[in-house]
Amino acid sequence: MTAPLPKLRSKVLPQITVWRVVFAAILLSGAYATWLRIFYGLGGSTNLSDKFPWGLWIGFDVMCGVGLAAGGFTLVAIVHIFNIRQYRPVLRPAILTAFLGYLLVTLGLLYDVGRPDRMWHPLVMWNPHSVMFEVAWCVTLYTTVLFLEFLPIVFERFGLHKPMEWIHRISVPLMILGVLLSTLHQSSLGTLFLIVPEKLYPLWYTPVLPLLFYVSAIAVGLAMTIFESWHSSRAFGRALELPLLASVGRVLAVAMSVYLWIRFLDLLHRGVFSLLLRNRTETWLFLLEMALAAVPTVLLFQARVRRNPGALYACAVMVVFSFIANRLNVGITGLEAGSGTHYLPKWSEVAVTLSLVAVGFAIFRVIGQYFPIFETRSAETAPLAAEEKEADPLAVG
Amino acid sequence: MPKAILYDSTLCIGCRACEGACAERWGLPYNDKIAAEERLSAHKLTTIETHGDHFCRRLCMNCLQPACASVCPVGALQKTALGPVIYDAAKCIGCRYCMQACPFQVPTYEWSNRLPRMRKCDMCYARQSAGKQTACAEVCPVNATRNGERDELIAEARARLASKPDQYYQKIYGLSAVGGTSVLYLSAVPFEQIGLRTNLPQEPLPMLTWRVLELLPDVVSTGSVLLGGIWWITNRRAEVARAEGPDTRKEGPRR
Repeated sequence: MTAPLPKLRSKVLPQITVWRVVFAAILLSGAYATWLRIFYGLGGSTNLSDKFPWGLWIGFDVMCGVGLAAGGFTLVAIVHIFNIRQYRPVLRPAILTAFLGYLLVTLGLLYDVGRPDRMWHPLVMWNPHSVMFEVAWCVTLYTTVLFLEFLPIVFERFGLHKPMEWIHRISVPLMILGVLLSTLHQSSLGTLFLIVPEKLYPLWYTPVLPLLFYVSAIAVGLAMTIFESWHSSRAFGRALELPLLASVGRVLAVAMSVYLWIRFLDLLHRGVFSLLLRNRTETWLFLLEMALAAVPTVLLFQARVRRNPGALYACAVMVVFSFIANRLNVGITGLEAGSGTHYLPKWSEVAVTLSLVAVGFAIFRVIGQYFPIFETRSAETAPLAAEEKEADPLAVG
Repeated sequence: MPKAILYDSTLCIGCRACEGACAERWGLPYNDKIAAEERLSAHKLTTIETHGDHFCRRLCMNCLQPACASVCPVGALQKTALGPVIYDAAKCIGCRYCMQACPFQVPTYEWSNRLPRMRKCDMCYARQSAGKQTACAEVCPVNATRNGERDELIAEARARLASKPDQYYQKIYGLSAVGGTSVLYLSAVPFEQIGLRTNLPQEPLPMLTWRVLELLPDVVSTGSVLLGGIWWITNRRAEVARAEGPDTRKEGPRR
């Protein structure tokens, strides 16, 4: 099966649209910020300081980037290990998102790390006591696994049957390895912050940070699946497979409930609810994060919401924003008071971050257009789409 | 026995001789302008802070169980048997986790350098290895900074607290916080009044992450068996379904 060729544009120059202008502006500012980063160092391109050594590039690019890519391992586990096949149509977009996500995280790290020329050091200079060492290894290995999970899409596109057979032979251990590596380092990103008990505000600092990071990553991976299906259905003019996505929304509601319940128990057992009475920035940021998590969870339990594409999409977006708020609170804002300083990213930090996101969207779109990411989906879901009800309830349990 | 430094804030006259000696030992510039900067930075690895009538000297605490050395992904930071926590700039990738992890906010970074390094006091590892005093202790005119065996310095600090109870806040800073530090402080006032952090846990910080990291082999082995087992069961179910005839459940076609 080959991808349908995109319509050839009659014009030589691409059409100018608002989004393309915005895209170009972001990339131009990102290019200028890159120049600043290379020639003036971290001091010339960031607002980081000795008291606040990690900023937006860690808080967003790495911590959110890795989390938002979690759909890859979640869906691989659902489809191939738990063998719940009706989720297959959203598997490839999730793997593509994860692969791009990890590549962009690596790219973002090249900006953030002081000596990007030594990025390979953790692979040969070991310190098994370091969480960062574990993260470095997991990101390296899992990016490799994602590359191998993405390869069949390339083989299929070019009709390479031999290598396809070869990769199918190792696919099961590969997928199990991928799920394990993700489990390890999604949680490790939380473990990173266990070392700062005196700096991180108690609404976020907890010994169960690794567990919370893991569960929230699974939830946001599902939300991203809904998010990207909605966007790609618009971008590529495909019909939205609502029954399937409604079913994903159901799983998402359960994942979010588990997450919120662990969060509640943690706050209860540590006895920190009284902190909410203080009129501090942290209180309001925490409440914002919680509201963004609780509202979609409640809504997703209602069939009416799950069956409405707009409402389902809005819920997914809220979960994504709640996740981003959480990672930024743990990685940045929750550390400000404890570090005795304020941090606001410099424009160039924002420009690089936006560029990475924009590049991610663009590459996703190009690959979605030229590679068989979605087409298996439309063929497979045709019988499902015919039924005007949610997918097989067995899917959720 | 590990070496240590005892800093007695009640004896310090704020002459900043330690700052000058430290700058010289590291080959860093030192002048009136830098002397006036009362904070640690990549060009000032020790500083005298003024807190009202009191002085407080800041330098790397060279913790007994350093968080920085435990978090460094490439092992660029090492705790030596002699006491100092030393840094190998050739290994450092610049992730700055040591700076984030340090409970005393000591490590600093060469932010404006294109090929930056982390900078911190290493308690004059080279000098102490050669049997010499640290540069700061050697130059201190009033013995406010003393360098020696940790046990002996603790004994001396206790003797000072006992002999002049009205002049001292009756505690030694650095004895047990975060598992103990190589730098010990005496002060006339509670430590938070001279800018020292007192909300630190007593247990060594590396334990907080190690407790989770040490589970890694268990998670990997249990996870492999669990996931492999689930795959085996679910796939067997699919095989049986295939063998028993056409798929009756409403599902997408299988591969």
